[in-house]
Amino acid sequence: MHEHGPGESRPHDEITETGPPDYFDVLETALEELLTERNLIRPGEVRHQIDVLDSRTPALGAKVIARAWVDAEFRARLLADGRGTCEELGITFYDDTGLIVLENTATVHNLVVCTLCSCYPRPVLGLPPDWYKQKPYRARAVVEPRALLAEFGTIIPDEVEIRVTDSTSALRFLVLPRRPEGTDDFTEEQLAALVTRDAMIGVVPVTAGKDGSGA
Amino acid sequence: MAEQPPESARTLIEVVPALGEVAPLRPGDPVRVVIRFPLGHYRVPLYLRGKTGTVERLVTPAIDNEEEGFGRNAGDRRYYYRIVFPMTEIWTDYAGPPHDNLRIEVFETWLESARHA
Repeated sequence: MHEHGPGESRPHDEITETGPPDYFDVLETALEELLTERNLIRPGEVRHQIDVLDSRTPALGAKVIARAWVDAEFRARLLADGRGTCEELGITFYDDTGLIVLENTATVHNLVVCTLCSCYPRPVLGLPPDWYKQKPYRARAVVEPRALLAEFGTIIPDEVEIRVTDSTSALRFLVLPRRPEGTDDFTEEQLAALVTRDAMIGVVPVTAGKDGSGA
Repeated sequence: MAEQPPESARTLIEVVPALGEVAPLRPGDPVRVVIRFPLGHYRVPLYLRGKTGTVERLVTPAIDNEEEGFGRNAGDRRYYYRIVFPMTEIWTDYAGPPHDNLRIEVFETWLESARHA
């Protein structure tokens, strides 16, 4: 289960391009050139969209969660209208997806998966982790969520209801984790620093631990 | 409660809706996912075909993305519903407690009423 570690990236080999462009490199370039030539997209538009995607990271979602923990009215609006309330903070939605925020409580634990593909709340979290897109997670989240969560180190007591949301169409889902104990005197910024991507998918809780795990 | 007409029909009962703009299902309604195996683009996972659940809420009306996959996207707006299925309904050998459940958006064309099941 090493691929299920918390979000930090691990060192890997330098990416090198040594051979000639492959079939898909040529296809991509040809398509972009044709679209530009026929004025269907402007020059630089692809690069701009990459900038848009690159600007979206779990830090945005963490700010939303921290605000919801300190501001009860914001939290209520967020649960009623996820997308509109994120937009209040300047988080634009560049696609046609809606957003439902799922609140974890003492009696309910939410977990998000997309069994058909890899639907993910990219406007607020950026790109999904690799394990989220792979079949073991996608299959097991709906078949044996408790065993899966246990492998993330998350033991959910039997009296807590597990709600697995399978995201299949125009809605995306963000988990509002429980605020950890012992954080009453934390500022909003300190709270945001505790919130991890994986907690907003629902695979781990947010903890105030200082063990350097990022949790 | 469950037998009342939708809000729009209660307000002006003489209005005859066209097709699709009034949701035929409401929160709390028992529904079954139909069993069919179309070719092409579809958005209902196999593991839910034939399973019975309950409408949690209506999602905004949308075009049928299975039709849209073939370029047909005009004049066909129906509802997505967020449906709750007990895990024990989906998996007969589910290992967790009976209150565990799965929630998913399902397009209207995939649902039939299970009220008289």
